[in-house]
Amino acid sequence: MSAVVTGLGVVAPNGMGAEQYWSAVCDGKSGIDRIRRFDCTGYPVTLAGELASFDAAEHVPGRLRPETSMMSHIAFAAAELALADARLDPADLPEYERGVITANATGGVEFGQRELQNLWSQGPSHVSAYMSIAWFFAATTGQLSIRHKLRGHCGVVLSEQAGGLDALGQARRALRADHRMIMAGGTESALSPAGVVAQIPTRNLSTRAEPSRAYLPFDADANGYVGGEGGALLVVEDADSARERGAPTIYGEIAGYAATFDPRPGTGRPPGLQRAMRQALADAQADPRDVDVVFADAYGVPELDLVEAEAISAVFGPYGVPVTAPKTMTGRIYAGAGALDVAAALLSIRDGLIPPTVNVTRLAAGCSIDLVREGPRPSQVRTALVLARGHGGFNSALVVRAA
Amino acid sequence: MPEFTAEDLRVVIRGTVGVDDSVDLDGDIVDVPFGELGYDSLAVLEIANKIQKEFGVAIPDDLIVELETPRKLIGFVNQEGAVAS
Repeated sequence: MSAVVTGLGVVAPNGMGAEQYWSAVCDGKSGIDRIRRFDCTGYPVTLAGELASFDAAEHVPGRLRPETSMMSHIAFAAAELALADARLDPADLPEYERGVITANATGGVEFGQRELQNLWSQGPSHVSAYMSIAWFFAATTGQLSIRHKLRGHCGVVLSEQAGGLDALGQARRALRADHRMIMAGGTESALSPAGVVAQIPTRNLSTRAEPSRAYLPFDADANGYVGGEGGALLVVEDADSARERGAPTIYGEIAGYAATFDPRPGTGRPPGLQRAMRQALADAQADPRDVDVVFADAYGVPELDLVEAEAISAVFGPYGVPVTAPKTMTGRIYAGAGALDVAAALLSIRDGLIPPTVNVTRLAAGCSIDLVREGPRPSQVRTALVLARGHGGFNSALVVRAA
Repeated sequence: MPEFTAEDLRVVIRGTVGVDDSVDLDGDIVDVPFGELGYDSLAVLEIANKIQKEFGVAIPDDLIVELETPRKLIGFVNQEGAVAS
């Protein structure tokens, strides 16, 4: 059994749909700009990768809009795109062999903030009844399950910004067990004052105002990351089932996956990222020499960049493999980031192009990696390793391979 | 209280829970159960909340399941409104 991706549903700050997003990242076009969703004057963080032209009315039925938050609105759009791309009507598959697994880190925070403001300023009767469901981390999975009749395995993975990869790893597990199809990935939107402020105490967000000088992973001038909204949902199918139904495109196989957790600070034990990478490669029965590109987690925080660069060098040798971070053009989309990077990795395989990492000019000391900054770089890509980490010690690694 | 009409209800519905693409809310809906119009109990609760805010008529939560059509809901609001005024 193998798990293959047959549909890409991408909603990104620099492009709606997989093709628009892909051409934007290959052109080095960024969606990071000053926050417009709310007046960010006076906030220490003023930049984000915002979905500037996303109109929920275009993508979400009228009955569902008031019930759901922006993270779910994005998911409705991404799911439609993914199913259309896969030319799949889930109803054509056995009822309990189709499911949905999403990852989430920030919840429907803009919805929750609005209703809490109603509570404080006007009283309990002014709080929407949908406060009971819309903000919740699992809301998106539930809504997608209902809307697309995905009645088998339904789950949500909470592992902060590593979640997008973990959802795909879980999807593969469900396909191995007894499923034919899983919609998997993550979408996020935390662009309300409460959503942004909640991220600030990690001290990992850039407080710069100049979009091209804020999120600079692996750069000597790295100073934190910029957040983003959007994400990706992928149609993942059992390979035999996909061929049997005549899926038009098989983008690639989810060949390996592993997740680890960092040791408690002060133990002296090494961070878990390298172990996740090696385990994912072993799971894929791949040698480091087989890997043609690494899509880095690229935190943009100097010590975390160093951990990642050292792990990559340890596995592949210094400057041993091309490394890129297209999320420098979207911001870090929390639990949506991993799934979006997997979409990019699959398009790299399809087109033989490695998209660039933008704005990085001088590698930090100790970051001995071949960071693709020109671009896109033509290169035959058969196997890609995608990395994601979450605040608090989450590490995930996923291998995609040409089918 | 002035009479609470089907048109008032339509305005409340549009402003709170929205309308399913397959439903003609301007059509003859007064005897169509809320469930068939695409409104589950949570949606009717939301509609009832709005009516309380805008028209001052409280609809107890446990009554909501019994007010299963727009006609029954409108009737209850007018009856309670008349008692209150």
